[in-house]
Amino acid sequence: MIRSRPSKDPTVPRTPAALAWQRLRADRTGMAAGVVVCAFFLLGLCAPLISAIYGKNPYTTYGQNEPGLLDEFGYPTGSMGGISGRFWLGLEPGLGRDVFTQLLYGIRTSLLISAVVVLIVTVLGTAVGLIAGYAGGWLDAGLGRIVDIALSFPSTLFIIAFVPVVQSLFVSADQQTPTWMRVTTLVVVLAAFGWAPVARLLRGQVVSLRTREFVEAARIGGASPIRIVRRELLPNLWTPILVSASLSVPVYVTTEAALSFLGAGIDEPTPDWGRMIHRGAEVYLSDITYMLIPGVAILIFVVAFNLLGDSVRDALSPSGR
Amino acid sequence: MNPLLEVSGLAKHFPVRRGAVLARRIGAVKAVDDVGFTVSRGESLGLVGESGCGKSTTGRLITRLLEPTAGTIRYDGQDIAHAGRRELMPLRGRIQMVFQDPYSSLNPRHTVGEIIAAPLASLGIGSRTGRRDRVLELLETVGLDAAHVHRYPHEFSGGQRQRIGVARALATEPELIVADEPVSALDVSIQAQIVNMLRRLQRELGIAMLFIAHDLAVVRQVSHRVAVMYLGRIVEIADRDTLYERSQHPYTQALLSAVPELDAGTGVGIGREVGRGAGRERIRLVGDVPSPLNPPSGCRFRTRCPKAAEVCAAQEPPLVPIGGGADGHLTACHFPALLPL
Repeated sequence: MIRSRPSKDPTVPRTPAALAWQRLRADRTGMAAGVVVCAFFLLGLCAPLISAIYGKNPYTTYGQNEPGLLDEFGYPTGSMGGISGRFWLGLEPGLGRDVFTQLLYGIRTSLLISAVVVLIVTVLGTAVGLIAGYAGGWLDAGLGRIVDIALSFPSTLFIIAFVPVVQSLFVSADQQTPTWMRVTTLVVVLAAFGWAPVARLLRGQVVSLRTREFVEAARIGGASPIRIVRRELLPNLWTPILVSASLSVPVYVTTEAALSFLGAGIDEPTPDWGRMIHRGAEVYLSDITYMLIPGVAILIFVVAFNLLGDSVRDALSPSGR
Repeated sequence: MNPLLEVSGLAKHFPVRRGAVLARRIGAVKAVDDVGFTVSRGESLGLVGESGCGKSTTGRLITRLLEPTAGTIRYDGQDIAHAGRRELMPLRGRIQMVFQDPYSSLNPRHTVGEIIAAPLASLGIGSRTGRRDRVLELLETVGLDAAHVHRYPHEFSGGQRQRIGVARALATEPELIVADEPVSALDVSIQAQIVNMLRRLQRELGIAMLFIAHDLAVVRQVSHRVAVMYLGRIVEIADRDTLYERSQHPYTQALLSAVPELDAGTGVGIGREVGRGAGRERIRLVGDVPSPLNPPSGCRFRTRCPKAAEVCAAQEPPLVPIGGGADGHLTACHFPALLPL
């Protein structure tokens, strides 16, 4: 049908998406944050390649295998947690594993979990928000109360208490919980609470859009409810959906790290930022480097991702409204 | 011949509820109450009244964006007052609407071509190429450039947007267009263009129109007949010249006298001619419009009417022809009269 074609010709108009991209390109903070975020994704994606070139992995206990790397108390010899040309970010106290590769593989764990959670939460929340907002009436009221309950639940406490219970259901006490199982449990419990704010946000947007005259025009034009949702409402909801998704990635990165730190998330030997900070907290009086490195990594990632989310919002929101 | 649209006893009451979970109904806003009129094929009926008098609600009931509380809406002989979405489908292309707000009536994420073709696509009319040709034809009809087809609404002015809205309403070749305050959101200079275009299209294409507005001058330009609403009721209905020259209802007279007048003698002005010409006196209405939650007993206008008497509170005046009036001139008043000049 009638579709706009992207064109270099200045007289031919740009699509709202092209305008948003243009604005994002002009936002230097946003672009810098975008570069940092992309770097994190790339590092995570290329972790096996980088560690192959680097010649180490996150599991081998170099410090224990080779004498001289750790002192008699198990702390890395040399200043700054054993940072050297060989171990770029030093060694883990005690086990003597390589910090740099742990950090690299930790990106994968964090980003994988947060990305999956954000995907589930966004799809589920959008669906619930659309249904509640467009249908209205008792369906809206019922879903609204469920959202209220999910929002008012002390989710962190619940997750800490709940994760071991679930895992004990599937794994007998004498066995090690498999990593995929820990990851799945984390994703499920985080998603179980995470959809509610998205649903609330989207419902509000839908309610305000529903009464706009272009929706009435579509109804008079004979459009079905599905067509109205798909063609009239959804294109106007990409902005809040994208903004909420991009702002919730860093939230889940920190939540996942917090849960791992508290022992309800990822555990040994899977590399993970939260678990590293957990170990770091045990040794920081003698060797602060091991806690500092994953902490700074999370800080940089979260700040960059939040700045990027803000820029995405700024770039999208004024378009054509 | 049967009229195209025949409305009788139409009512829309919006329930007012209090309480969050176990809401109690504490009353109803009687936005439209016992409204009846007809629109013939090719005829333009103007619907005027103050804001809140129920004229927009009436338009939304006829296009069945709202379901009436009571009454019938006969379209081409078929009662559509309580028809479901599927039953309405065959009629959707035949009744279209032009909206008040040219900003919120066009989806900001769609191109002009997509907007105008949307009713055709929803109703499955024509092939893709057929629809594209129709869109180009429509753009020309409403005075827009064919090159605008790939542009987005935010690139257009209010007047141009309203032209797009009109093109969308025309896409399915409707027999009836409900125009809900189509020019009140526009600059005065643009209003005349859009009004003239609507009048031209209405005449050339023979489309019946329900033209809802609060601006009497605008209504006079486009309507064959005019109905005046007050607080959910029609108080007077007549052909255009009768209503503007020889109105019988005190409310209509007050409305007409409130229209600013330009001195015809000086030759200054923009050609607005409303009311009974020079020498008329402004009728000042006192008080506010009563709440439609709890309208006055009897005649709804009595609280502000200079002629109100006891009978007005006791008895609701029916909408009837008044002796000596023109054909089809109906007035709902116990004391109808021409204004003493």
